Amino acid sequence: MTRHLIRALSLSALIVLIIAGCSTSRTASAQSVKPTKDRKVAPDFTLKDSSGKPVKLSDYRGKAVVLDFWATWCGPCKVEIPWFVEFQRKYKDRGLVILGVASGDEDWSVIQPFASLMKINYPLVIGNDTMADLYGGIEALPTTFIIDRDGRIAKLHVGLASKEDFQNAIEKVLDAAPEPQRTAAARAE
Amino acid sequence: MLLPSLSGLLLLAQNSPLLNVVPPEPVNAKQGSAFTVKLSATLNEGFHMNSHTPAETYLIPLTLKWTPGPVEANDVEYPKPEMLKLPFEAKPLSVVTGKSTLVTKFKVQANAQLGLVTVLGKLRYQACNDKACFAPKTVDIKLPVTIQ
Repeated sequence: MTRHLIRALSLSALIVLIIAGCSTSRTASAQSVKPTKDRKVAPDFTLKDSSGKPVKLSDYRGKAVVLDFWATWCGPCKVEIPWFVEFQRKYKDRGLVILGVASGDEDWSVIQPFASLMKINYPLVIGNDTMADLYGGIEALPTTFIIDRDGRIAKLHVGLASKEDFQNAIEKVLDAAPEPQRTAAARAE
Repeated sequence: MLLPSLSGLLLLAQNSPLLNVVPPEPVNAKQGSAFTVKLSATLNEGFHMNSHTPAETYLIPLTLKWTPGPVEANDVEYPKPEMLKLPFEAKPLSVVTGKSTLVTKFKVQANAQLGLVTVLGKLRYQACNDKACFAPKTVDIKLPVTIQ
């Protein structure tokens, strides 16, 4: 009961923050990402992939990450997945990683056939409540976080978004160098 | 600690599906008799839940399961689905929206012990709106039956 209340309160707070954030940036948000100074660090986590190998978010530092919370029973998620497959192929060499977090009490016996059917070409892990709570409690699917090369959240989508919106945001975070490189470049100037 | 504002709680209520189920009235039934129970449920506006017979195999159906015992559920009649075509789905979805009724036919065993029993049920649903889907939820149902 307390756990549910805490989750509900966290989600409520997150929604307020999202709405508050969107109220000033929604117009821009369709094309762009949050300014670097306003980005919050994406909470680190370790989850296992289908082979049991641990996948840690911070291992991707230096790369841009699209963290996609999805489920096999989620229709809107099925719309976005082919986009992510395309993005993974198109942007991999520029340092993009799509990381799918399967949500909703399903195991690999359900997820793997689905992943094969959808031709998913990026890493998948199974999420849990602890991890979801780190991200404000994931109630709606799909929920997607675009994380910059410094591990900070540049954009959040709750629900079905547009392909163009994702693409613009991905291009922006890929174009920005990680912080040490930016600092070095500034010193050189 | 982030404290949600009242507007945050209102937003939460508006942005999450909530199935309000009216608890069933207590029933008096004789040994060996049959009776039906109507369960009334209302899903908040803007959301739909999959019907008992969703159009796609990957979707989670609406189910009502009763625990077996001296009062046994023989058959559940689910609400008649409506077909909903969403822009991103290839074919219409079989869904239930708004107020719905589930009818269960029960039979009391002939040798059931006299007195009060509580029949337990679980109503499972999975709801979406036109942009997002929400984790399946289960509502616990308690049906008090006095066997006479």
